[in-house]
Amino acid sequence: MAPLLEVRDLRVEFPTRRGILTALDGVSFSIAPGEVLGVVGESGAGKSMTGAAIIGLLEPPGRIAGGQILLNGKRIDNLRYDQMRRIRGREIGAIFQDPLTTLNPLYTVGEQLVETIRTHLGLDGAEARKRAIGWLEMVGIPAAAQRVDSYPHEFSGGMRQRVVIALALCAEPKLIVADEPTTALDVSIQAQVIALLKGLARDKGTSMMLVTHDMGVIAETADRVAVMYAGRIAEIGPVREVVKHPKHPYSAGLMASIPPLDRKVEHLAQIDGAMPRLSAIPRGCAFNPRCPEVFARCLVERPALLATGATEAACWLYDAASEKHAPEAMRHG
Amino acid sequence: MLAFIISRILQALPVMAVVALISFAMFAYVGDPVAIMLGQDFTEQQRQALVASLGLDQPFFVQFGKFIWNALHGEFGLSYRLSRPVAELIEERAPATLELAFCAALVSLCIGVPMGVYTGLYRNSWLSRFFLTFSLIGVSLPTFLIGILLILVFSVWLGWLPSFGRGDTVQLGWWSTGLLTVSGLKALVLPSVTLGMFQLTLIMRLVRAEMLEVLRTDYIKFARARGLANRAINFGHALKNTLVPVITVAGLQLGGIIAFAIVTETVFQWPGMGLLFIQSVNSADIPVMAAYLMLIALVFVTINLVVDLLYYAVDPRLRVGGAKRGH
Repeated sequence: MAPLLEVRDLRVEFPTRRGILTALDGVSFSIAPGEVLGVVGESGAGKSMTGAAIIGLLEPPGRIAGGQILLNGKRIDNLRYDQMRRIRGREIGAIFQDPLTTLNPLYTVGEQLVETIRTHLGLDGAEARKRAIGWLEMVGIPAAAQRVDSYPHEFSGGMRQRVVIALALCAEPKLIVADEPTTALDVSIQAQVIALLKGLARDKGTSMMLVTHDMGVIAETADRVAVMYAGRIAEIGPVREVVKHPKHPYSAGLMASIPPLDRKVEHLAQIDGAMPRLSAIPRGCAFNPRCPEVFARCLVERPALLATGATEAACWLYDAASEKHAPEAMRHG
Repeated sequence: MLAFIISRILQALPVMAVVALISFAMFAYVGDPVAIMLGQDFTEQQRQALVASLGLDQPFFVQFGKFIWNALHGEFGLSYRLSRPVAELIEERAPATLELAFCAALVSLCIGVPMGVYTGLYRNSWLSRFFLTFSLIGVSLPTFLIGILLILVFSVWLGWLPSFGRGDTVQLGWWSTGLLTVSGLKALVLPSVTLGMFQLTLIMRLVRAEMLEVLRTDYIKFARARGLANRAINFGHALKNTLVPVITVAGLQLGGIIAFAIVTETVFQWPGMGLLFIQSVNSADIPVMAAYLMLIALVFVTINLVVDLLYYAVDPRLRVGGAKRGH
């Protein structure tokens, strides 16, 4: 099937007084219709930046400096603001991290839903209100017909995130960019919201790009996962493969640092060092200062994504031309 | 809602009582009314009679009570200078000041808010830079200088607008209005602009700062992500969220405009309360000063109440009691 969203060699730059910072460098991936792509990585790895670039809302002075973003085969990265506005909400919906701050405090949730529905679907007020109530019911707000006239501050955090989900979905976009949708919520609410999001996406056939640093959420929700590091994709592949048999040393470290539930461990595994700042990304592979399996080539040449069985990893271990071979023998599993 | 209004009025009562006490104290401590009214030549008997007729021989609380009672009935006694009832003088002068203040406030809001929105949205355009520089001039030049410069340009050089007075007025009951005649409206222009200039620049800078703040918030980002039209985002979502501080400042400034129109009224020889007050101060006309003081206090208290009610209308989070929290 032709991909719904295709990102090709995306490069995002921030011009600053001390030179140009490259926040995203050579990011490529695609999302098929109905597919959920998880995006994981440390803070500052470029996960949210990728989402912002796709919906065309990079914070100035950030800008797309190279590559293409295609929706249904058509480029959307070079559209004028007003053309892109018609795509936002209608074709690509967005969900943000903190439901306490994403809703305008001065309007009722009904007013905000009706405004969005009318902007994109051109319905009259009464019909739009009926839809708004329908959406509130769909996201599990009890007594939706009454609550539609409530203000955001009259809802709890979890309920507000449900309203945000309704707002993101109400013009029936084909793709949802969800940026850490559960990070600001209580743990007990997180599972409910994720289940809701997953269920609605499945029912409507909506694709989703789910940005999070919570591997548990990814494992439960996503079909495929992209692991990001320092503005680049380190590994991308089916979720099961990446979780069970990570190929890139960074993904392997990330998976090893998830505390196992079935046994007690003295110390959690961790990756030594910290992610480099954008102004000081090392030459070659960005992960080379922290990589336990680093060799000469990693310090000079930057690896592209290489197919390694079911997943693709940006690591020289999987290139036959590398001096150092036998990656299978080096892996523990 | 009603309970809220009543509670605010109850809170305003002590404020008014304190102002009344200060006004009353002026009679006792600023000059001696008996000496002023008797003049040079009098007998002890005449003095006694006057003291008795003014009630000055009675205890303090009785006098104060009487003062309040009279004030509630709009009676502040006779002006020493003009020998006419103070209430009458103020009634004559108040429409001029109120019309001037209203027009000045209108000018500052109708120009200041759009300019603030513009400079907030396009903060790097050359027009925004021009507005900001211009507002610096508005804030830093003293009112009397602006007034004199405007007179120089528009009255002396161009001869378009009158340099002083109210023009022709029309009597509507006890209210004399200059809004219904051409010369009255023309006469309003320069004083309104002069009086509103400072407020205009203040409101512009306030709206700009608030807009910059609000445009950074998540709900504006989310409104953009929902694909709403720019106009809906800038005015419906962003501007509305800047209104609470703007209402506060605009309200207090309106009180200020009414109370301190003195300079502008002097420059333009505007026959309002400010001019009356400054003339009364010059001749220690205490009844007029006391009445003016209380009137201005009443204006401030009323404006504060209106401002509180507007908060209530703008921001649903302040509507306590009616809200039930869901979980």
